[in-house]
Amino acid sequence: MTTMAKQFAEEWFGGLGRGTLLCRDIAVSLFLAKPKWRDVLYQMYFIGVKSQSVVAITGAFTGMVLCAQTYFQFHKIKMDTATLAVVSVGMGSELGPVLAGLMVAGRVGAAIAAELGTMRVTEQIDALRTLAAHPVDYLVVPRFLATLLVMPLLTAGSVCVGILAGYLVAVFLLGINPTYIWYNMLHYTHLNDMLTGMIKTFIFGAIIAVVACYKGLTCPQGAEGVGRATTEAVVYSSITILISNFFLTMLLNRWLP
Amino acid sequence: MMIEVRNLQKKFGALEVLRGVTFSVAKGEAITIIGISGGGKSILLKHLIGLITPDSGEIHIDGQNIAGMDERQLMPVRRKFGMLFQGAALFDSMTVEENVAFILSRERTSSPAEIAQRVAEVLELVGLNGIQKKKPAELSGGMRKRVGLARAVIYHPEILLYDEPTTGLDPIASDSIDQLIIRVVEKLQVTSIAVTHDMRSARRIGQRILMLHEGRIYADQTPEEIFQSTDPVIYRFVNGIADLKEHHPV
Repeated sequence: MTTMAKQFAEEWFGGLGRGTLLCRDIAVSLFLAKPKWRDVLYQMYFIGVKSQSVVAITGAFTGMVLCAQTYFQFHKIKMDTATLAVVSVGMGSELGPVLAGLMVAGRVGAAIAAELGTMRVTEQIDALRTLAAHPVDYLVVPRFLATLLVMPLLTAGSVCVGILAGYLVAVFLLGINPTYIWYNMLHYTHLNDMLTGMIKTFIFGAIIAVVACYKGLTCPQGAEGVGRATTEAVVYSSITILISNFFLTMLLNRWLP
Repeated sequence: MMIEVRNLQKKFGALEVLRGVTFSVAKGEAITIIGISGGGKSILLKHLIGLITPDSGEIHIDGQNIAGMDERQLMPVRRKFGMLFQGAALFDSMTVEENVAFILSRERTSSPAEIAQRVAEVLELVGLNGIQKKKPAELSGGMRKRVGLARAVIYHPEILLYDEPTTGLDPIASDSIDQLIIRVVEKLQVTSIAVTHDMRSARRIGQRILMLHEGRIYADQTPEEIFQSTDPVIYRFVNGIADLKEHHPV
């Protein structure tokens, strides 16, 4: 039991240390090596454009459900016209960034970990190093920058679609007065609510890229290793997003009340 | 000396793979490292180019000790090397042309036309000109190794490393790879180190053979001396004998 606990602690702290070193290498690379914007653009296409539909569908149905549930409760106390304001604030500051983060972690995090993991087990990363290309400069930084840049855009799209879907449900299915719910939404949604959400998206993007790249670059040998690295990339980045979201909410609401 | 290795040691957990390896290679020399599978030959080769950090010992490349260097310090040193991997390690998302031109495209010192010209030249050298647009998945094992070699020589490295160049190939493909290695060494005048357990290949491509046994250099001799050796360890390996007592010469 003691040996198992020791081994777990070694693996956990070792992983944390290596992850921190990867973050340091990314920072060093951003200063020392000029990023190849062509690679960044390609990754933005893969991570951003290809994830649009998944994130938009998630946003739409979350907005619709949130709208319906809010209406069912608010209707009891005659606050029907505040429904869309709840959808807007909820989507903009919490659900939009978190759900977009989770969807991107699932789609992109898994793909990054699997790609880098396969490259590692087939010695392609060693080949890169022998060709005097630093794996962090060539593989990690473009993915990191791309995820960081597309996450706010994806989230903004998801939030807009969510609010629009909520509006349609409120007006056409629940019969709420469109003028009042639109006015109340604008009245009760503040810039800081959206800003809170946007700040979160940068941090979630960084988490997804770092965790997925780390898992890919340290992938154990064999097909089983690639499978494990892929699963762990999704699980660890999703859990980190959910945990960090709580602390970010507390922190950002102090800074941007 | 182009390469000088002194008392190199490496452990993986409790497993001691290298227990004090010492050898040197002169400029322009072609050596072969032989030894049993899993004996640490590829690990030794990867130490020379800094892909693995040693636990202790020194690795001097052209007078520069690379043993304590980090990844960024190693990058200019690696520019002196070309390496052919056991499975060729071609980038499977790229075409043959992009693979071979990888380093030139990244350096951006040559025009696309010059790069295409260089790619055609090295592919000609390995006998594969015309397959520029193919993907690695469309190539046979032997072709992949040839492309890997083309990628390794396009920037005129001073040292070429070959990790099991003929493993997994049929005898004819193995022979053509051997011929190619000999041709490349002669034409480009490079220092070359090949790791193999294919004795026919070792005899042909190495001017000197080092035998790695139990984590140390057990023998450092010419191919003729190795093949005529009566030392039981060398004799068993060269002749592929699992147990000397049960060996019945034909």
